[in-house]
Amino acid sequence: MAYSDKVVDHFNNPRNMGSFKKDDADVGTGMVGAPECGDVMKLQIKVQNDTIVDAKFKTFGCGSAIASSSLATEWLKGKTIEEAQKIKNTDIVQELNLPPVKIHCSVLAEDAIKAALADYQKKTDGQPTGTK
Amino acid sequence: MKLPIFLDNHSTTPMDPRVLEAMLPYFVEKFGNAASRNHAFGWAAEEAVEQARKQIAKLIKADAKEIVFTSGATESDNLALKGVLEMYKEKGTHIITSSTEHRAVLDTAKSLEAKGLATVTYLPVDKYGMVNPQDVQNAITDKTILISIMLANNEIGTINPIQEIGKIAKSKGVLFHCDATQGVGKIPVDVQAMGIDLMSFTSHKVYGPKGVGALYVRKRNPRVRIAAQIDGGGHERGMRSGTLPVPLIVGFGKACELCEQEMVTETARLIKMRDRLQTDIMAALEESYLNGHPTNRLPGNLNISFAYVEGESLLMGMKDIALSSGSACTSATLEPSYVLRALGVGTELAHSSIRFGLGRFNTDDEIDYTTKKVIEVVTKLREMSPLYEMAKEGVDLKSVQWAAH
Repeated sequence: MAYSDKVVDHFNNPRNMGSFKKDDADVGTGMVGAPECGDVMKLQIKVQNDTIVDAKFKTFGCGSAIASSSLATEWLKGKTIEEAQKIKNTDIVQELNLPPVKIHCSVLAEDAIKAALADYQKKTDGQPTGTK
Repeated sequence: MKLPIFLDNHSTTPMDPRVLEAMLPYFVEKFGNAASRNHAFGWAAEEAVEQARKQIAKLIKADAKEIVFTSGATESDNLALKGVLEMYKEKGTHIITSSTEHRAVLDTAKSLEAKGLATVTYLPVDKYGMVNPQDVQNAITDKTILISIMLANNEIGTINPIQEIGKIAKSKGVLFHCDATQGVGKIPVDVQAMGIDLMSFTSHKVYGPKGVGALYVRKRNPRVRIAAQIDGGGHERGMRSGTLPVPLIVGFGKACELCEQEMVTETARLIKMRDRLQTDIMAALEESYLNGHPTNRLPGNLNISFAYVEGESLLMGMKDIALSSGSACTSATLEPSYVLRALGVGTELAHSSIRFGLGRFNTDDEIDYTTKKVIEVVTKLREMSPLYEMAKEGVDLKSVQWAAH
């Protein structure tokens, strides 16, 4: 199976690979997947004034899974929480030109985004958004 | 050194130029049908085929008359299992095989089972991938007609105790088929000493052309009979009809001859390179685990799991080296290697496995390059792995509640 140029590019030059301290109040962490399934994604967002100012990922998985999460961090940066909620796995499929057998990688990336957003919102629950 | 490097010699092997040279006259010049008995074109072809039959038989210590040409090992496996079951169905319909056989055996057995033509016992293997002869003995019933156990495994290279299984089969009067696809030409094979009644193998794994293989069918003690699965002109003593592919057979013969002549030196060379690859990689990378038997395995085989990184991404990072992985992502199904699972390797480590298959044309430079590249890519991917990060933080990954998908 040949990989699309974009998948290869994200794999060779991953964007925003790394970690934030997950206990920080302005950080939301999403961890999805399972080792026995062959892919685990950790996606983190750093939020200020309702806007995602930074994002990082770490992924155990195939090249398409790595590329999907790398792309997700690129897209998340600069988006508001509300805008980030709207990122769909199909957008990732289209951007990376993923074949049908790799669609689950994009689903995982969407799940990771949702999980990171939910984690952040849980942390800030009861507080007005934007405060730290 | 030329890139890409081919280190996938279990999947196939490049043809030896000496084999090609032997084949060339049989395409245009000596193109006769080996079954044409009445003219010189046929005689030349027949002579070439019989010469090849001798070369092949010699490699496995058989008689030339016991070699039946097929299209490859998959056909040979099919012919052995289906042919024996059909021929001896009045005597019994029980087959004993193992869970780590190649799919050409497993799926043939399952197909016979599904059609109600056979009952099959799939024996487990130990943590090295070896079948226990005692298990074979215990599984034999008065309905057992065939035992089918592979010589060496295609993923982990583990070599089975064939001689002991052969003895058991003989003492119980059960036929013994051995899928020797990965072993023939690589390690000594002696169908007499090993007590093998039927044996499948193929040309393209021994530096010969693709499209031809053989089934060894014992002629004496006992005389084994099989029902043909392809009917027609009655070629190959009625066991496999179809015009013989003379150039391919000539190549197969030459390839076997070369394997026989060079086996001792080639085995020593491969083991030295393979062991160096293994030692250097495993010394540099913590939590890398050898799959298969530490010593009793094919000279060119090395199968390692690298914890916390996924196999397909490893292959992607080493694009200029042709390798194979037991990861689900590299297979059509979404399950990782059934062979590694049968050894008791955890699913996550099965996803992380890489198979190195060394062969005749690999060089020390290529091994050095591969070692360097593996260490570099595994290190890079571990930096990227959330599992590695968690393990470093002291999290027990087994205690984590994963959201399986």
